[in-house]
Amino acid sequence: MNTTNDKKAADSVLSSKKGQNEGSVRITGAEALMRSLEHEGVETLFGYPGGAIMPTYDALYDYRDVFHHVLVRHEQGAVHAAQGYARVSGKVGCAIVTSGPGAMNTITGVADAMIDSTPIVVICGQVGAAMLGTDAFQEVDVIGVTQPITKWSYQIRRAEDISWAVSRAFFIARSGRPGPVVLDFTKNAQTALVDYEPTHVDFIRSYRPVQIPSEETIAEAARMINASVKPFVLVGQGVELGNARQELVEFLEKAQMPAGFTLLGLSALPSDHPLNMGMLGMHGNLGPNVMTNQCDLLIAVGMRFDDRVTGSLATYARQAKIIHFDIDPSEIDKNVKVDLAVVGDCKQTLPRVTELLDKATHKAWIEGFRPYAEKEMQKVIEPAIHPTEGPLLMGEVVRAVSEATENKAILVTDVGQNQMFGCRYFKFTEGRSVVTSGGCGTMGFGLPAGIGATFGAPERTVCVFCGDGGLQMTIQELGTIMEQKAPVKIILLNNNFLGNVRQWQYMFFRKRYSFTPMLNPDYEQIASAYGIASRTVTERVDLNDAIRQMLETDGPFLLQCAVKEEDNVLPMTPPGANVDEMLLEVK
Amino acid sequence: METNKNYGAAECGDCNECNKCDEKATRNEINNAYSVAVPKKSGEGMLLSHEGLTLYTMLIYSENFAGILNQITAVFTRRQVNIESLNVCASSTPGVHKYTITCYCTEDMAIMLTKQIEKKIDVLQASYFVDEEIFIMEACLMKLSTPKTMENPEVSRIIRSLGARIVEVNPTYSILEKKGGTEDILRLFNSLNELGVVLQFVRSGRIAVTKSTIEKLDRYLEQRESEK
Repeated sequence: MNTTNDKKAADSVLSSKKGQNEGSVRITGAEALMRSLEHEGVETLFGYPGGAIMPTYDALYDYRDVFHHVLVRHEQGAVHAAQGYARVSGKVGCAIVTSGPGAMNTITGVADAMIDSTPIVVICGQVGAAMLGTDAFQEVDVIGVTQPITKWSYQIRRAEDISWAVSRAFFIARSGRPGPVVLDFTKNAQTALVDYEPTHVDFIRSYRPVQIPSEETIAEAARMINASVKPFVLVGQGVELGNARQELVEFLEKAQMPAGFTLLGLSALPSDHPLNMGMLGMHGNLGPNVMTNQCDLLIAVGMRFDDRVTGSLATYARQAKIIHFDIDPSEIDKNVKVDLAVVGDCKQTLPRVTELLDKATHKAWIEGFRPYAEKEMQKVIEPAIHPTEGPLLMGEVVRAVSEATENKAILVTDVGQNQMFGCRYFKFTEGRSVVTSGGCGTMGFGLPAGIGATFGAPERTVCVFCGDGGLQMTIQELGTIMEQKAPVKIILLNNNFLGNVRQWQYMFFRKRYSFTPMLNPDYEQIASAYGIASRTVTERVDLNDAIRQMLETDGPFLLQCAVKEEDNVLPMTPPGANVDEMLLEVK
Repeated sequence: METNKNYGAAECGDCNECNKCDEKATRNEINNAYSVAVPKKSGEGMLLSHEGLTLYTMLIYSENFAGILNQITAVFTRRQVNIESLNVCASSTPGVHKYTITCYCTEDMAIMLTKQIEKKIDVLQASYFVDEEIFIMEACLMKLSTPKTMENPEVSRIIRSLGARIVEVNPTYSILEKKGGTEDILRLFNSLNELGVVLQFVRSGRIAVTKSTIEKLDRYLEQRESEK
């Protein structure tokens, strides 16, 4: 096996002196980590100390003015917070935890970041290198466990490798298709002395983060679009990850192409843009789903044809030619066979194609979406957001909060009905405004991710929608909110049910509510114990005033809404059904 | 009600159905090395093809980092593709390791596997080939029962006609070696196994080089060097 020096030689490693005449200095590995993180521009750390990471926490004590360390209440919270931070800021989120159980508690978040392409670096302590493999106290094979769910995971066993490994980790996490990196940091490497020099990795021989498509490919894409009469664009999170919102607007507007959006791509275009036809997928809007099977050209940008978007692949867009813009070549032809792949960064590829596009209006085609929008508005949306009688509905709460923030807030959701109603009825004017667990569907994601979002975008309002199920999965993070005074606006949509599972039980399991009703605690008392202001709304007439109070309150707020117990998210493409077969009502 | 008679049997030997006694006996005999050696019963030969699936050979190059083999095999496991053979060694390029992996799958699956493998940060290249596109070499060792071999003149005829080499002969067993393509080796094994003379058989992982006139890896490395 080669030495790490050989490995470093494979990367283009530039060492540069830090500061004036500082040169290399002999410090502990733990401090080398601090300096490496500082060198990477890290400002906020989410973490939890423990045995094997104590030398690092000791070094951190001297770096309190450099990093803002957020002490979470459970390591899962640290990773979700780092995810929330990364998603709204575009920077790499960073979490520090201890070995064994600390590292294992991060696994859900790491897997979530992998499937949702979120750039995070998780640094976990590990027993000393001499103890590895002996089943030492709090030793777990972290690399073995995390390899399949990370973009890269690496064990730092020598202090000399810290600078290189940290720089490599951040480069990998943020470049190309972003993703999580785990650094397993042995205790001996934390305590050993090392001549520290900052390292800058921006090239890895075996890793090409961005490919550049040929002129022919670009020209062929433009030719196909220009020849199309009924083009339809599917927009995913790739546009936000690539900071290509403006490039998307110009691409769509030049040829006047209607677009549908995946869950994670929702804020890639303002909600009120005339070409924004709404959300794709199982609980998306009727128009974009139906028209997927009517267009003559499907143009996917930075999305991965998830099964929740496509429904049955056997009938998905069979009538259309398909162009797929994506940064990740392994996404091409993975679920849906495409006619043309444009592999590259959409911030670069979209303008190149846009330049070659003919101006078009596609008026009749765009008009074709209207009947579906009207039908959905009348049958589903209006009754959900403007009910006049009966109990409070999730949809009306979401829309009222969105409007009260002038559609400028960041939407953070947990998973389940709160997520679907949140994403359906929240409106967006700015980019990087959706933080939700899409691919992994991690309940308990919302609250800690919301905390991270308040640090990633401190100037913005962060609204976390969660259900009574998901809130309790990471409810301990209320302690973090209390301590940090993190201004998280928590909207608890309480229906005394695990609502989404209950809806499926109602629809597909003969209404056998197997362990979905839930006895709830008094959430206002819990909030009060944490010193968090709260209010409960049971009547429609109080809703707007309560939302106003929540938004005017400086700092965190828990708004509990007692919503209809057995409400259903509609419309719905049943699992495995054709994308254009949406149910508008549940029988 | 029908019950499983083997379940809860007091001692081995209580029943005549589980074959464990036979297995145990065979193992004991083999352990007694030179004294008695019982050849395997001839059974169905090894199959060369799986229904509807093609045997693909994947050639993968990676940096020499610890743990990459794990990452590569996990790509197969996750998609429920069995690895038929695997060989790992240093390549002709310093610091680069070469993996030769064979598996039965559809072409779509082969494409997906190579893409997912190539996506691993420290993997340089992954490509898939059918047998016509590569030069293939495998090797095998076979341990034959010497008494059974002596009894049957057909054995030595097969050994000669299929070009195997005898590297050891003693009164109990003889060792045979052969290198060649998968089919050659399996033909040798199946023919001898039919005659009930084989005690042990082991086949190496496939190694292969491409027939192409272009060295893809060198080109890739040159290109990356220029992009540095």
